[in-house]
Amino acid sequence: MLNQLTISELSAKLSRREVSARETTQACLDQIQRVDGKIHAFLSYDANDALAQADAADKTIAAGEQKPLLGVPIAVKDVLAVKGQPLNCASKILGNFISPYDATAIEKLKAAGAIVFGRLNMDEFAMGSSTENSAFGATKNPWDFTRIPGGSSGGSAAAVAAHECIASLGSDTGGSIRQPAALCGCVGLKPTYGRISRYGLVAFASSLDQIGPFTKDVRDAATLLGVMSGVDQRDSTSVPQPVPNYCAALTGDVRGLKIGLPKEYMIGGLDAEVKAAVAAAVNKLQELGAEIVEISLPHTDYAVATYYIIATAEASANLARFDGIRYGARMDGADPIELYAKTRGAGFGPEVKRRIILGTYVLSSGYHDAYYLHAQKVRTLIRDDFLKAFEKVDAIVTPTTPTAAFKIGEKSDDPLQMYLSDIFTISCNLAGICGVSVPCGFTKNPKLPIGLQLLSRPFGEASLLKIAHAYEQATPWHKEKAAI
Amino acid sequence: MKYVAQLARLALTPDEEKKLSAQLGSILGYIKKLRELEVANVNPTAHAVPLVNVTRADEIRPSLPHDEALRNAPKRAGGLFVVPKIVE
Repeated sequence: MLNQLTISELSAKLSRREVSARETTQACLDQIQRVDGKIHAFLSYDANDALAQADAADKTIAAGEQKPLLGVPIAVKDVLAVKGQPLNCASKILGNFISPYDATAIEKLKAAGAIVFGRLNMDEFAMGSSTENSAFGATKNPWDFTRIPGGSSGGSAAAVAAHECIASLGSDTGGSIRQPAALCGCVGLKPTYGRISRYGLVAFASSLDQIGPFTKDVRDAATLLGVMSGVDQRDSTSVPQPVPNYCAALTGDVRGLKIGLPKEYMIGGLDAEVKAAVAAAVNKLQELGAEIVEISLPHTDYAVATYYIIATAEASANLARFDGIRYGARMDGADPIELYAKTRGAGFGPEVKRRIILGTYVLSSGYHDAYYLHAQKVRTLIRDDFLKAFEKVDAIVTPTTPTAAFKIGEKSDDPLQMYLSDIFTISCNLAGICGVSVPCGFTKNPKLPIGLQLLSRPFGEASLLKIAHAYEQATPWHKEKAAI
Repeated sequence: MKYVAQLARLALTPDEEKKLSAQLGSILGYIKKLRELEVANVNPTAHAVPLVNVTRADEIRPSLPHDEALRNAPKRAGGLFVVPKIVE
């Protein structure tokens, strides 16, 4: 089953010529044929184009060239531009949009030899926690088709968990990589803000968005991070920090590292099985030689409210560009204003409208200082909580989500309840730090994955991944596969 | 709601207006908890990684060809985007 391999396993087989990129890509395409009708992770894919890229990779391999992702099929969330492929952000408003250029992260994947294929389902414009907000129908959790895969990168998580690709890309504004990774049982990494260029990523909340990988193990996440990281002239918020060899950090040795356990994260809504799995993971880390320290992040309780002001304010400005003039679908109007309003009214789904309205309101004259400016100040307090904590500890450990995957439809009528499901992941984006979710167990009945979240200081990905890898290698969870 | 929708250039049906008003009420109610915090002496954070004066050399570089830039337009003619009449 070539589609079940990790990047490192596949790369080894490819370089020994035991398998070809074409066979591997075909195995992924066969798996999509077999299972995607049940989970709907892909919005579209071009099989011929994927196989043509695979043939080109096989030629490069035959010529003896080596590249870090040569011949590895990687699928992409429908929010990143891939030249010549559709880009819809799972929205009707983009019509038949075809990307005229590659996002920087995609350019880097291609330069590293990857086969970039497929458009993965998501909540419309990355707004949501369940992938139910897609204009093209929900994605289902590979572990239980009656449940959500998480969101907004639900398609990216489900595709990796169902082995429809070797790895995938997503984006994370308030947990949109870590939360679905936790709920589908894969590894999901949100790098530090500025680590990976956002050029070619459709903007939701520009001060929070970051691109990141979904993988089957931590080593693969380290490989993809290394390939995609670095400063980029086309994104002035990308940070000129050197890119270390992340794979070299995966020594398995966490002795002497200090890991903080925030007391504020033991909230009432935390599911008993999730709590037990995380407690067992903390014991395991201690067994491996890490020192566990209780810490305090006193402004935790304000993170969700802060996020929903800042993210919606930025979204209301970013989504102004979808006006039916330069690209996408258009509804005609007697004048441009009517054209904009009708196009946007017909093109955006309910959650996107809700956030545009909220964002417009908190920025409107007379409310800006009371809501937006106030939230930006609280953001400083939240960020300071983390920076203070990182003076004492190397990483912080928490549950990724308060519960395992919930039922489709369970929270779709109550936006506030949906927002609160992101309670553990949101602060990381506000603080601009890095975070990863790794599998840490399963609920009993039904059997659903549970995720452990590790957080580290800005540009602390090397020690973050070191800890995640040591934990992963000492536990069996990442090897479990959904029966699909 | 009508005023905010107008600011956002977003046509809403009467049904959407009603539903959104109620939902917004409950979300704003929740958000009010931020007022518990005294922030008069706190600086706002607009970006988590402070960078200043990011500039590049002002020189001509390859950009998207004209045809490519227009390819996704809903209406175009003569190398331009077509829009409804703006001025009489």
